[in-house]
Amino acid sequence: MSTVIENPVEHFEKHFEELEAVTIRFAGDSGDGMQLTGTQFTNTSAVLGNDISTLPDFPAEIRAPAGSLPGVSGFQLNFSSHDIKTPGDQPNVLVAMNPAALKVNVPDLEDGGTIIVNTDGFTPENLKYAAYSSNPLEDGSLAGYRVHKLPISTLNMNALKGAVQLTRKEMDRSKNFFALGVLYWLYDRPIEPTIKWINAKFGKNPELAKANEIAVRTGYNFADTTEVFTTHYTVKKANIAPGKYRKITGNEATALGFVAASQLAGRALFYGSYPITPASDILHELARHKSFGVKTFQAEDEIAAVCAAIGASFTGHIGLTGTSGPGVALKQEAIGLAVMTELPLVIINVQRGGPSTGLPTKTEQADLFQAVWGRNGECPAIVVAPATPADCFQMAIEAVRLAFKYMSPVFYLSDGYLANGAEPWAIPEVNALPKIPVTFATDPASFMPYARDQQTLARPYAIPGTPGLEHRIGGIEKQNITGNVNYDPENHHLMVRLRQEKIDRVVQDVPPVEVCGEKTGKVLVLGWGSTYGSISTAVERLQSEGKSVSSAHLRHLNPFPANLGEVLAGFETVIIPEMNLGQLCTMIRAKYLVDAVAFSKVKGRPFQIREIVRKVEEYL
Amino acid sequence: MSTGSNGSNGSGNGNKPIVEQAISADSEAGSAVSGKVAPPPGQMKKADFVSDQEVRWCPGCGDYAILNNVQKVMPELGIPREKIVFVSGIGCSSRFPYYMNTYGFHSIHGRAPAIATGIKCANPELSVWVITGDGDALSIGGNHFIHAIRRNLDINYILFNNRIYGLTKGQYSPTSELGKKTKSAPMGTIDYPINPLSLAIASEATFVARSIDIDVRHLGSVVEAGARHKGISFIEVYQNCNIFNDHAFDYFADRSVRSDNVLYLEDGKPMIFGKERNKGIRMNGAHPEVVTIGEDGITEADLLVHNVNLADPSVAFMLARMEQPDFPQPVGIFRAVERATYEDLLVDQIDVAIAKSGPGSLEKLINGGDTWVVE
Ligand code: SF4
Repeated sequence: MSTVIENPVEHFEKHFEELEAVTIRFAGDSGDGMQLTGTQFTNTSAVLGNDISTLPDFPAEIRAPAGSLPGVSGFQLNFSSHDIKTPGDQPNVLVAMNPAALKVNVPDLEDGGTIIVNTDGFTPENLKYAAYSSNPLEDGSLAGYRVHKLPISTLNMNALKGAVQLTRKEMDRSKNFFALGVLYWLYDRPIEPTIKWINAKFGKNPELAKANEIAVRTGYNFADTTEVFTTHYTVKKANIAPGKYRKITGNEATALGFVAASQLAGRALFYGSYPITPASDILHELARHKSFGVKTFQAEDEIAAVCAAIGASFTGHIGLTGTSGPGVALKQEAIGLAVMTELPLVIINVQRGGPSTGLPTKTEQADLFQAVWGRNGECPAIVVAPATPADCFQMAIEAVRLAFKYMSPVFYLSDGYLANGAEPWAIPEVNALPKIPVTFATDPASFMPYARDQQTLARPYAIPGTPGLEHRIGGIEKQNITGNVNYDPENHHLMVRLRQEKIDRVVQDVPPVEVCGEKTGKVLVLGWGSTYGSISTAVERLQSEGKSVSSAHLRHLNPFPANLGEVLAGFETVIIPEMNLGQLCTMIRAKYLVDAVAFSKVKGRPFQIREIVRKVEEYL
Repeated sequence: MSTGSNGSNGSGNGNKPIVEQAISADSEAGSAVSGKVAPPPGQMKKADFVSDQEVRWCPGCGDYAILNNVQKVMPELGIPREKIVFVSGIGCSSRFPYYMNTYGFHSIHGRAPAIATGIKCANPELSVWVITGDGDALSIGGNHFIHAIRRNLDINYILFNNRIYGLTKGQYSPTSELGKKTKSAPMGTIDYPINPLSLAIASEATFVARSIDIDVRHLGSVVEAGARHKGISFIEVYQNCNIFNDHAFDYFADRSVRSDNVLYLEDGKPMIFGKERNKGIRMNGAHPEVVTIGEDGITEADLLVHNVNLADPSVAFMLARMEQPDFPQPVGIFRAVERATYEDLLVDQIDVAIAKSGPGSLEKLINGGDTWVVE
């Protein structure tokens, strides 16, 4: 089979087709720059007015051997002329830079989908690395797809040779921009935003900037003139509410949300953290915002990170700590101390595949039990979970608000999918954001460390530096009201129930859960966290077919919204899709005695829309 | 289908009575708070630092003397009472904050330095004290010990070393001597002990000192010097646990032998000890040795002169390694050097960031990055 690229034919006739939505997956070696390529395509599409949703797929190893299966890095992007909430179930297009990338990703591609391969990457050595016994480009195994075979490295090298002062190796590294240029032509996107970005990014290295620019242009022009592509496509602007937007990942939105919370509360933010995937980006982002008075503390371990945050909370800062599941396991004793001392504290858990080290770069929702029940003793804490990458901003503010109002630790459960996934964010008006009231005790005559607010049962917040309020707190059981050390059985029984009642009362601050669709019917699909996009899209699809199905999504998991029981009672079947073995489902069954159905997927990957559709159809 | 009446997860019904108890009880019971503002710093007395809580250490425990001393030093420092915070971990010594009429945080095992770090970072104006024991600081909290010290926060860090676990009733600790027989080592320990001062010096401590519970004057002066040092002040205090490890420091306790067995380090002075004040430490090559003044032509001029300000920690380290019975046990200030504190560097970076780009604007922050407008 030949992959000969003829000289471009002049006046070759090309067709134009309009599509509603396209899902592309870029895949290559972790050193091939696929994340960057995908991000550029996304930014350009967002600015063009498409709705977008993206999900990178990182290998766990930083630099797995070139060409190896574990070294494959992917980036999936869904862009559309209508509202979308997920990065797409199945890619329509796969860009594969080598055999390993093809092998890992082809099973996900839709039947009849398009494959664009860099044939130069299909060396005998790389084929062996990818455990291919014969070359898939030649053995007919890709017959069910539309395969475009381009010698991307060669074409790119030919364009750069003599044009830039770089080594061969350096020149070759710009081949991802060539691929990007091809995709830009194919989907009718302008190359200018990327060229502008290249010049800003590589300004300090003009030769590199030049190489990348030439690569994009050459890729674009090549696609325009070659016979390989006979059709290109356009995806029109989506009908998006007017306003100012930016693309944001969950981790970015989380960091910005906590900075915003600090401004809204008028209290400095202290972030204690220890590097861990996939939460470290929050530390990186917050460390950049010192002009907001943000204090970041890279601790010696997870325990020190949370303890320092507790110390900062005790002193009147917003004590925040962030980690992933294994880190939470280490922090739990200290979180118990914050429950006992009734101090505000927020714990970010960007959940990943577990147990133990598990799948560090993959997503999972299996730490819900850990948040709700994972400490010694009766140790209730508030639990909230953002539903989308952009929602992370709002929920960060919510977490801080509840922590201060109820003087309690609050778990904020994000996950790998939210953390790295991106979507357009309608930038809010700063003035419209809710202020977070924080009141400190100051009156020595009336101060009792464990007196309680009538409505919230929160104890007074007295910070060091306040004259006359010198007092001692600690992890030993405290006497009601006075806060003295106390081992009396009746007092302990009372304090255990008071701490629980305080968290139960948070319900007065939890908005009712909304039902999307009819309030009664055959099936309710209930979710929490990052499953929102797949669930709501699946349910909307079924609703448009006239099916009796509704959805509801929980952003508050402890306590649940007050109307949840009533909502559940309106349906014959409640299905709960979770990336765990049914943790929310267990809680719902226990509390509401509802025969809810757990729909589990624990593969380190988000639910596909069609998986949920199929599951729901079983119950209709 | 049954549903919950509200959003509570797990609490029973009928909570009214407990809630009433919580919010209506009057405060006749003694409180953890004095309810009084302290007198101005110049007029404070020891009594102003004594809380109303009954001290619950075993009678005869060395902790009493240390508490007494710290309370005595407090008024000397001239720090407003509300600006003082005592933080502790778990163990007998860690009950300490309850007895101080200051802010206090009795935390969890080993973690006091980390809690104190957060307190000091949040408010560098506070005088922050960590009270810990040998198990708390060197076993379960060993990691925090190293890192809190290397960061050089301006924290006073007092380790009560009784070479035993007291609160859990007599297991060996990381400072127990090899071969010690305890409940958890009936045939004797097979763990080599750790030397707290060596570890503190290796962790880049800027102030390192040692004292003992029974030498009240010495202890008070070391604590005061530590409190005045800007940066981490690490003080090891030998503390007798008369219940589980009595006589551990007899070479101190017994006045008749103390001066022969203990070297009181004094800055700028030659290292002399002994009842007759005729013994000293001199360097023999790279090693210290005990010599007698007047013998073999040795004079005071041959002795090592103590200098707490040496940037190089080698001599301090060497002194920390000198142990009974081969050497007199050194006490006093081993090392006191200046170095920028963590909290100052932290606040500096914030100031620099603000000076460079102005105080953070939320408006600008959320509108940053690549934005686009949909009409
Ligand atoms: S057990 Fe030992 S250290 Fe603890 S209080 Fe009693 S005497 Fe003091």
